[in-house]
Amino acid sequence: MSEPTVPGSPGELAAALDATGYLPDEGLATAAYLALVMHRPLFLEGEAGVGKTALAQALAQLTGRPIYRLQCYEGLEASQALYDWDFGRQLLHLRAAEAAHAADDPARLEASLYDRRFLLARPLLQALEDSPSVLLIDEVDRADDEFEAFLLEVLSDFTISIPELGTVRARTPPLVVLTSNRTREVHDALKRRCLYHWLAHPDFDREVAILRRRLPEVTEQLAHQVARATATLRTLDLLKPPGVAESMDWATALHTLGARELDPDLAARTLGAVLKYREDTERVRSLRPEALFGG
Amino acid sequence: MADPGTAPGIGSFTPHNGGPDVGKASYARVPGRDVVDTVLGFARTLRHAGVGASPDRVSAMLSALGHLDVLDPAAVYWAGRLTLCAGPDDLDRYDVAFLAWFSGQRARIPRTAAQPEVRLAASAPLDAGTGEGDDDGDAPDLAAQASADEVLRHRDVAGLTDAERAHLRQLFALLVPASPMRPARRRRPAVHGAIHPGRTVRRALRDGGEVSRLLHRRARPRPRRVVLLIDVSGSMTPYADALLRFAHAAVRARPVSTEVFTIGTRLTRVTRELRLRDPDRALAAGGQAIPDWSGGTRLGEVLKAFLDRWGQRGTARGAVVVVCSDGWERGGTDLLAAQMARLRRLAHAVVWVNPHKGRSGYEPLTGGMQAALPSVDHFVAGHSMAAFEELSGVISRA
Repeated sequence: MSEPTVPGSPGELAAALDATGYLPDEGLATAAYLALVMHRPLFLEGEAGVGKTALAQALAQLTGRPIYRLQCYEGLEASQALYDWDFGRQLLHLRAAEAAHAADDPARLEASLYDRRFLLARPLLQALEDSPSVLLIDEVDRADDEFEAFLLEVLSDFTISIPELGTVRARTPPLVVLTSNRTREVHDALKRRCLYHWLAHPDFDREVAILRRRLPEVTEQLAHQVARATATLRTLDLLKPPGVAESMDWATALHTLGARELDPDLAARTLGAVLKYREDTERVRSLRPEALFGG
Repeated sequence: MADPGTAPGIGSFTPHNGGPDVGKASYARVPGRDVVDTVLGFARTLRHAGVGASPDRVSAMLSALGHLDVLDPAAVYWAGRLTLCAGPDDLDRYDVAFLAWFSGQRARIPRTAAQPEVRLAASAPLDAGTGEGDDDGDAPDLAAQASADEVLRHRDVAGLTDAERAHLRQLFALLVPASPMRPARRRRPAVHGAIHPGRTVRRALRDGGEVSRLLHRRARPRPRRVVLLIDVSGSMTPYADALLRFAHAAVRARPVSTEVFTIGTRLTRVTRELRLRDPDRALAAGGQAIPDWSGGTRLGEVLKAFLDRWGQRGTARGAVVVVCSDGWERGGTDLLAAQMARLRRLAHAVVWVNPHKGRSGYEPLTGGMQAALPSVDHFVAGHSMAAFEELSGVISRA
């Protein structure tokens, strides 16, 4: 498969991302560009809802590569990340061979059991087999540290060896994006192999631009007001400050209710789209609404 | 594309948000500097500022520069930030060092690198003698030594002589806190338990497709995370050394599943420092990292900082959280009460260690204690070695 376009500079990449509907800032565009040309995994950290996962999807879209996503969770094992043998089908195959009296040559029968068609490829193996690809390793901080050590091995040389079949090597290393919400400090050895980028909340203008781009049906005034109110909410020291995902949800909710602009009453009714803690909601309700939503 | 080996010099950079004038001025001062030398010098500055820019990271920065325009300050800024930094804590230091190196401005080094003088009060080197205060010149027989140990174990650490303190440190070395366990999702082969399809079928394949025996697996218990929050304010000074030694023993026993923070007027994570094997070196390193040693207490605010930055993200979730403090709160106690309630909702169990509880006739009357107690599962003493052993039991059963 030929790459449609490999952007020649961070600026070009930013423009290409822009075209897919993802608006990166300069740092993020540089990070993504370097990840693409240096074949180094990109380690994205930041608050929930700032667009870490969305970046991987946008990168897949603009490079025209398939995306493979590995959602990490505690207890994740190699058999769920790499590959697993389809034992059930192997057994059926064996029974079928017996029934057909094909079991005369045990060596050949055994070899036929470890065929590629009985191998269930999981995201890491899929991403290497289907190169070039985008591999999204989501919320790596949720996996336990044994898995991290294992990941380190795969990400350092992009090969997976399967004892029964041989070694799978990616022709082109996949573009790897690791995301972390920082629930746990990820080991330095893993981070050292990556480009590290801390993704912050976007500034006001960028947030308005994102809202306008992603939700073209929302009026410009509403987008401005939602962005301003969300920015104010972020300064209130809440338990969970809203991210871009929340401000988009909020704008969608308001638009669905037919709003063309934000008024205090409507805002109070739709607060559930931005604030996800009872304490936060109460706190914001107790403020003077004009402070938040006026003007 | 510029080649880092032959570019004339990159002495003209300012951070992406800095003004261009500074850059021009300094370009005149440092012309013709080789890119590699510049980057190596910058890495030195950065290490001095407390960012661990290791050689492989520096070489990654050089190779990143090979793909970018070295004469563009913003590109250099990002190339360095993306490759040399390892966490959000590094970013501020990076900005300061970047400004210092590439614009020639005098750096204000962040606090951790700037205060080598701060030392842990009781971490001065120990003399080799042990427990010499206990015996009067004669070599003690073992039984007498043992009973002296027993007495020492129950003494309040605040009232010990230096020699007794030194002896107690050796007792601390013997303390191996057991960690609480929790069931985990990962399973391991076992004699009983749920059927393990993979192993069963693999075995059947070896036996020519005949399932001759069912193999099993069951959940493997994993250590539950333990988070220690140690008050290092002025009123806790007599106990802080002992508590940090207890924390060191806990970290040494379970380095991965134990986190230690000190609380006072601010929150400091000292887990990394306490991972050093030698207790005295670990405590000295911890002491250097703690900026608010023997200061005041703002328990509510610091607890909030802990929950905002660490606790709610996952550090406190399902963990046994041990707060070691006398509950002496300067400000109002509403914030503390609210944060303790929040902590309790996140944590598996909340243990409060108050050294004063060991004294007879102690009543938890301080405002902070009153506010915290409704959200505490176990309220224990932490004034003597015996109390620490008991605490270790409470944690492992929590």
